[in-house]
Amino acid sequence: MRIPILKLYNCLLVSIQWELDDQTALQFQEDLLQKIHETSVSGVVIDLTSIDFIDSFIAKVLGDVIDMSNLMGAKVVITGIQPAVAITLIELGIGLNNVLTAIDLEKGLEKLQQELGE
Amino acid sequence: MSIQSCVTIINEWDIVAARQLGRNVAKELGFGTVDQARITTAISELARNIYLYAGKGQICIDKLFDGGKPGVKISAIDSGPGISDIRQVMEDGYSTSGGLGAGLPGVKRLMDQFEIESIPGDGTKIKATKWLR
Ligand SMILES: Nc1ncnc2c1ncn2[C@@H]1O[C@H](COP(=O)(O)OP(=O)(O)O)[C@@H](O)[C@H]1O
Ligand SMILES: [Mg+2]
Repeated sequence: MRIPILKLYNCLLVSIQWELDDQTALQFQEDLLQKIHETSVSGVVIDLTSIDFIDSFIAKVLGDVIDMSNLMGAKVVITGIQPAVAITLIELGIGLNNVLTAIDLEKGLEKLQQELGE
Repeated sequence: MSIQSCVTIINEWDIVAARQLGRNVAKELGFGTVDQARITTAISELARNIYLYAGKGQICIDKLFDGGKPGVKISAIDSGPGISDIRQVMEDGYSTSGGLGAGLPGVKRLMDQFEIESIPGDGTKIKATKWLR
């Protein structure tokens, strides 16, 4: 299964709707970078509202894809992290410290527009 | 009293199966969403370590009833290369695979009880328990 990536104006929108296995996570990393390249967007919002746990592997894949997107010139905002996910990530020792976040998709898009200065 | 079910870990899909089993057991015993996430995450970390470092092993989930108090015990057992310096692998950030090195120290914090036994050349046994509060 591949995660759908939608283009909306100057952004890409990704909503992860099901539990990520390793293959899907790695495929997503590649697909997102390819899509940034094809569309020349300057921002990405990744919505995790439906995700009920994140382990260190998925956290690494996410953190890496954010860094990779930044390298290409696209800013990434993560939205919708559930309380249980925030708690377990911090207990794992993973703060995702330099990552832009917002409470939901709408706020995420607003934050992205601010970051992009538009 | 305890009721056990196990998943053999050989490939990445078995990691998914193990954490689904764990989440179902946690739900059944009445754990809330945060503890369910802790238990699922801990299983995922231990199962992935078996897959990455031992190649093959087992994750077993026990339902515990200690004087009426329910708990979940995760056992991760493999006959892989073992760990020679346990203190080192329990340090945050230590990884021999380019990972985050958050797995083992993380599991210890996510769960209430944590035990690790390992004999180099023989294998590794990890047990972690979470009690319903
Ligand atoms: N079952 C195991 N058998 C052998 N070595 C292991 C096992 N589990 C963990 N290790 C070792 O402990 C290190 C730390 O593990 P962990 O905390 O999960 O971080 P990571 O998996 O990100 O490296 C691993 O890099 C590996 O060297
Ligand atoms: Mg690990």
